[in-house]
Amino acid sequence: MQRYSAFSLLRNALGHNRNWGRVWRSPEPKQGYDAIIVGGGGHGLATAYYLAKNHGMSNIAVLEKGWIGGGNTGRNTTIVRSNYLWTEAALLYEKSMQLWEGLSQDLNYNVMFSQRGVYNLGHSLQDMRDIERRVNANRLNGIDAEVVGTAELGKAIPHLNISPGARYPVLGASLQRRGGVARHDAVAWGFARAADALGVDIIEQCAVTGIDVSGGKAVGVQTTRGPIASDRIGVVVAGHAGVLAQMADLRLPIESHPLQAFVSEPIRPVLDTVVMSGAVHGYISQSDKGELVIGAGIDAYNGYGQRGSFPVIEHAMQAIVELFPVFSRVRMLRLWGGIVDVAPDACPILSKTPVEGLYFNCGWGTGGFKATPGSGWAFAHTMAHDEAHELNAPFSLERFSTGALVDEHGAAAVAH
Amino acid sequence: MAAGQANRLPEGGRIDRSRPLRFSFNGKSYAGYAGDTLASALLANGVSLVGRSFKLRRPRGIVGGGAEEPNAVMQLGEGAAARPNLLATQVELEPGLAARGTRGWPSTRFDIGAALDGFGRILGAGFYYKTFKYPRAWWKLYEHVIRRAAGFGKAPDSPDPDRYEHRNAHCDVLVAGGGPAGLMAALMAARAGARVILADDDVEFGGSLLVGGDAIDGIPAMDWVARVVAELRQMPDCRLLSRGTVFGYHDHNFLTIAQRCVRESDIAAQDQARRPVAERLWRVRAKRVVLAQGAFERPLVFCNNDRPGVMLATAVSGYIRRHAVLPGRRAVVFTNNDSAYRTAIDLAGAGAEVAAIVDSRPGGAGAIEQRVKELGIPVLPGHVVSDVSGRRRVRGAGIARWTGEPWSTVEITLRIDCDLVAVSGGFSPAVHLHSQAGGKLEWSESQLCFLPAEARQSHDSAGAGNGRQSTGDCLADGLRAGTAATVELGLSRPEIEIPATEEVPAAPIEALWRVPAVKDADRCPKQFIDFQNDATVADIRLAVREGYRNVEHVKRYTALGFGTDQGKLGNINGMAILADALGKPIPEVGTTTFRPAYTPVRFGTVAGESVGELYDPVRKTALHEWHEAAGAPMEAVGQWHRPWYFPRGGEDLHAAVARECLAVRNSVGIMDASTLGKIDVRGPDAVNFLERVYTHNVGRMKPGRCAYGILLGEDGMVMDDGVMARLAEDRFYLTTTTGGAAHVLDWLEKWLQTEWPELEVYLTSLTEQFSTLAVAGPNSRKLLEKLGCDIPLDRESFPFMHVRTATLAGIPVSLFRVGFSGELAFEINIGSQFALDLWRKLMDAGREFDITPYGTETMHVLRAEKGFVIVGHDTDGSVTPVDLGMNWLLSREKDFLGKRSLARPDCLREDRKQLVGLLSRDGCTVIPEGAQLIERTGQATPVPMCGHVTSSYPSASLGHPIALALVTGGRGRKGETLFAASPGREPTAVEIVSPAFYDPGGERQHV
Amino acid sequence: MLLIECPWCGPRAETEFSHGGEAGITRPANPDALSDAEWADYLFYRSNPRGAHRELWNHARGCRRWFVVERDTVTNRIAGSFRLDEALPVPASAAGKQAEQGD
Repeated sequence: MQRYSAFSLLRNALGHNRNWGRVWRSPEPKQGYDAIIVGGGGHGLATAYYLAKNHGMSNIAVLEKGWIGGGNTGRNTTIVRSNYLWTEAALLYEKSMQLWEGLSQDLNYNVMFSQRGVYNLGHSLQDMRDIERRVNANRLNGIDAEVVGTAELGKAIPHLNISPGARYPVLGASLQRRGGVARHDAVAWGFARAADALGVDIIEQCAVTGIDVSGGKAVGVQTTRGPIASDRIGVVVAGHAGVLAQMADLRLPIESHPLQAFVSEPIRPVLDTVVMSGAVHGYISQSDKGELVIGAGIDAYNGYGQRGSFPVIEHAMQAIVELFPVFSRVRMLRLWGGIVDVAPDACPILSKTPVEGLYFNCGWGTGGFKATPGSGWAFAHTMAHDEAHELNAPFSLERFSTGALVDEHGAAAVAH
Repeated sequence: MAAGQANRLPEGGRIDRSRPLRFSFNGKSYAGYAGDTLASALLANGVSLVGRSFKLRRPRGIVGGGAEEPNAVMQLGEGAAARPNLLATQVELEPGLAARGTRGWPSTRFDIGAALDGFGRILGAGFYYKTFKYPRAWWKLYEHVIRRAAGFGKAPDSPDPDRYEHRNAHCDVLVAGGGPAGLMAALMAARAGARVILADDDVEFGGSLLVGGDAIDGIPAMDWVARVVAELRQMPDCRLLSRGTVFGYHDHNFLTIAQRCVRESDIAAQDQARRPVAERLWRVRAKRVVLAQGAFERPLVFCNNDRPGVMLATAVSGYIRRHAVLPGRRAVVFTNNDSAYRTAIDLAGAGAEVAAIVDSRPGGAGAIEQRVKELGIPVLPGHVVSDVSGRRRVRGAGIARWTGEPWSTVEITLRIDCDLVAVSGGFSPAVHLHSQAGGKLEWSESQLCFLPAEARQSHDSAGAGNGRQSTGDCLADGLRAGTAATVELGLSRPEIEIPATEEVPAAPIEALWRVPAVKDADRCPKQFIDFQNDATVADIRLAVREGYRNVEHVKRYTALGFGTDQGKLGNINGMAILADALGKPIPEVGTTTFRPAYTPVRFGTVAGESVGELYDPVRKTALHEWHEAAGAPMEAVGQWHRPWYFPRGGEDLHAAVARECLAVRNSVGIMDASTLGKIDVRGPDAVNFLERVYTHNVGRMKPGRCAYGILLGEDGMVMDDGVMARLAEDRFYLTTTTGGAAHVLDWLEKWLQTEWPELEVYLTSLTEQFSTLAVAGPNSRKLLEKLGCDIPLDRESFPFMHVRTATLAGIPVSLFRVGFSGELAFEINIGSQFALDLWRKLMDAGREFDITPYGTETMHVLRAEKGFVIVGHDTDGSVTPVDLGMNWLLSREKDFLGKRSLARPDCLREDRKQLVGLLSRDGCTVIPEGAQLIERTGQATPVPMCGHVTSSYPSASLGHPIALALVTGGRGRKGETLFAASPGREPTAVEIVSPAFYDPGGERQHV
Repeated sequence: MLLIECPWCGPRAETEFSHGGEAGITRPANPDALSDAEWADYLFYRSNPRGAHRELWNHARGCRRWFVVERDTVTNRIAGSFRLDEALPVPASAAGKQAEQGD
């Protein structure tokens, strides 16, 4: 692999940039592999990378029906944090956070992980109790977290509306300073490049059309580029998990929904951190290019169309204008949708299945991007050892029968 | 007044010379006319440098005439009235308009950052992915520097004074675009009797006819437009929206239009309350849509093609004909199609010298070539402009022979001095909305553009947006589309003739994507594709070389198409050059999906009225104003505002709550409990239904009886709780939590309708119709008696957990002997219109008992003293009734929702978190709410946690603080010591106790 | 924004409705007789198809009735709305299969 550095940039510039090599090859699929990853998004590519790097496997193919990073990896709002309430979730996301912190160096590819802090706003006394509880749990789990008051918020986020007269006044926030954002495309490309360098075949324009199961064991896949044999198949296809599961006669407790996001035109830097608000359903950051990147809510209905309903955008816009009245005259440049796969407890499934040698990594819902390295790391372990790592053991399919859900959802959605 | 407008033509144009006005750019004052755009006014004043490019900070001028403009990105106004990122080409000139360039420091003209241009080779596509990685901690510094260069305009520094509104509209035919095709389509549909909306983003209708256009039906084109518009305006069901951009085409033929309603200068003077709507969002459901948004001209890709003075040919024509502005004195026209010949004619007609028409086609143009030759304009067929000279303004063009080989090198054979290069690389239909609607695109090899193909919704494209080129063809195509719409709608169609136009036979366009240079494509001066993002031919080649070969990868790697023009100017050139670089045909490289917004839309417009006070309006009880007058701070609970506490004198929360608690325990308190959800349930199957959803034995309740009831989700977790009262054999009254009211009603209704339709049960929400006044404390009975109640209230006649209808102070009420405080208590349900009257009467009559109004905080303390949970406060969606010690509520005799889930292995675990009470060991520390509980202090992270504190208060009645908590296996651990850990505090040693702190036997409420 | 046909009120904007998930999930008559896995299937597992989907909608800001909509989850095209008390037509996909099998 050609090392990237300031020096190599300079040297190549002198050569009119003609000597840069390919970032990943474009190989023909072989007849068989030791492991196949279905899905060339961030999670799938990370899985391949860690399989090769941590588990000594290199005869691996990543099969991508379109172009790598073209699904939710390239459609999210790029927020990275690990301040989850439940220990099971927190430890998995924290593993991911630790990998993020060295990822650019590990991959020799600048994924522009920018730890500019993530604020979760509280708008009611109950919000503040929940924040207190979560921050406290985070700290005991070794995850940085703090509760901040409105005065500090006013300083850290100059245009945030902290007026007590607001409809949902800001009473405080949790802050994870190590949280932030990363460059989403670079994550896919960086993992692809590093995995490719370790021998992984990344095969684009190769859609899986069937999963071959024989005697309860996975033996290979049918693809638009022919059959490929393997007795170890990991499916990492987010919104399409259910479609792939059907190919192996499996059912998943997953529903696919549209999730939308939008960006503004680039404006001069005005927001230096990530602000999320559950109460008004909006989250916002500003990219290095100057665009305000804003996440909207999920559409209630099932959808595979990568398009949601406009009222959802209106609601998100109202929330943002409520939080940041000065953004009312900023203009929306582009909105788009992705397909998120949502599990009943809003937690992922990283699990073996009733089919031997077939593994599923799905159910990340609206929060998968931040988990990319950790998800790949744990899933690679699961595939390599045919056994979950302790970090992802709580995220098995069995939990839906036993009732041992990791209910981040329930913890947030409450009456009273 | 016209002084200084050196480039203004003495006559012509659609400007109003009787209305001169002044504006400023970068602090300098200029003159213009009403009818100008900011761009035309700047050009009239000879301002050629208006911006800087994003990455390399190259000096840039106005390129286009509309939404495709990449360079003239302006900051308008200041303070709250600031408007960032407006395109000079789309801004109507207003008196006093203050515009600034958005890039370049210290100024647009002298930009220190311009030095970056010299590092262009290092700053190739994606360079940042390859560096800034070490030392790790420095990325923050690198990024800080990168971020300082971010963005164009500035957000306003104070809240937006503007008002916005949403309007819903339905129509038979929505026509997007008011050029020749759109007007014909609208005319056809309107005459057929269809309800029509015609929207155009420009100030005036006419589209391309505003810019060019010869005679139609023997009269000047714009006279024809005026005639059609006048007719449409007269039609009762035709709505014309100028300044209205159709920016989104969503599913089910739902389209969004952003309409600019007033100009900044018109509203600035108005006072805020009477401010007119600044922008309106039309939400249109159309039966049929005709898309006629025209086409975007493409630039040509040659070396230094970004220099100020290189402009799109149609834009040049537009400035001359519409604005009477001549953007250059000596022009070279460079084209691969016939259209730019018209620009040459316009230039010559306006007095400019056209030094040459450089036409890459060896055969030159069609019939129009003869006309330009008659004007003495030299034509160089089979030639290209390979490079231009000049930095802040183009000074000359280097001409070479076109070999047909895009990647070859050429020699400059001729240099022509000029200050304007008008370019045309052909036209790309504006297929954005068609594509947003899910329509397919098809590459036309003859027209060299993507044309709208199969539609997925009920829409059609017409005119230049459908690949038609001449005015005559556009008119005919619009008529066709309008006719198709009327047929689709089943309307009888009137006879309309296609208006007569003069047709000039044209020669076909020929492909010219990358123009060769004297050096190869990696070494030659930059050839820009996306001007704003500085994406060049070399960048695309680099991306391909590195393996970013999918068009989406190339776009994302080079930032091609990610500017504010969203690729309107450069995307097709980029794709064609990518196809060339990959050796693939263009359709195989594909196009990308177009997404809303077609052009940028203000956040405020999308948000509409639902901001500020109207953002999720506060729900208030009938007693709200009394509470406010009493000085109670409010707590937001769900959508409601509830009084939090009622301070007397200078009391703080703790003092007030202590006083309120003692008043309830010792005499009588009164609380507004109206926000609780209230549901009337009636019908012959009411018992049967409620048995299925509530966990307790509903059938055993006699009329007049109340019970505490809980609702579980099917997952067995506690979802909501409240009081159930049986009013009659077939009639019940339920209360829910404040936040859960709407959900519970919907949820009950869903079960009833979808699962058990055979049950005859009717559910009605009474939440708003009735108010609930809770009177609690040992003197509460005396208080009601004093007020005058027509039923006996003594313990035997009206026992605890019973309901009665009564008349209180002459007002009919329902009385519930229930409470949440553990005291003798009554909840009075009363029609909301009488609530304030009764409240006042209770306050008056209660004076002798020192009746004390109390708020949510005191309610919380009182119930915590009793160990009563609040759903959502002490529970979180992962708590079963067993966890709460409510086994007594779970009937063994029947099934109920959620019951089966309680038998799952995880719900049977002994070590689930269970509700307990906590006391601090020192007897005085109030344990922080939200504190996590640990068994030992001083452990390394991750520290095992065994629960958390859900509620915690000082208790005036008990004389020490209390807390409720969920603790792993807690019920069996009474007496054990745990530690409550909370950030920034020493862990507090706590003892596990029973949650029933006060009157555990419950005697006080039974009196 | 979808245009949804309420069987009682006619076509209305999506904002008047709330979505209720997959239609045709019947609550087991005797939950105690089910294994944990069977119960979980009823509780959490849905068909989540890419294509025709029968789902419940409630005209929440109208007549408040629940009804069934068949909608394509890719294109959002709606094939029809049905009252809960009417027999649903055989889905297009299943009808095709039956024809193939020469039913």
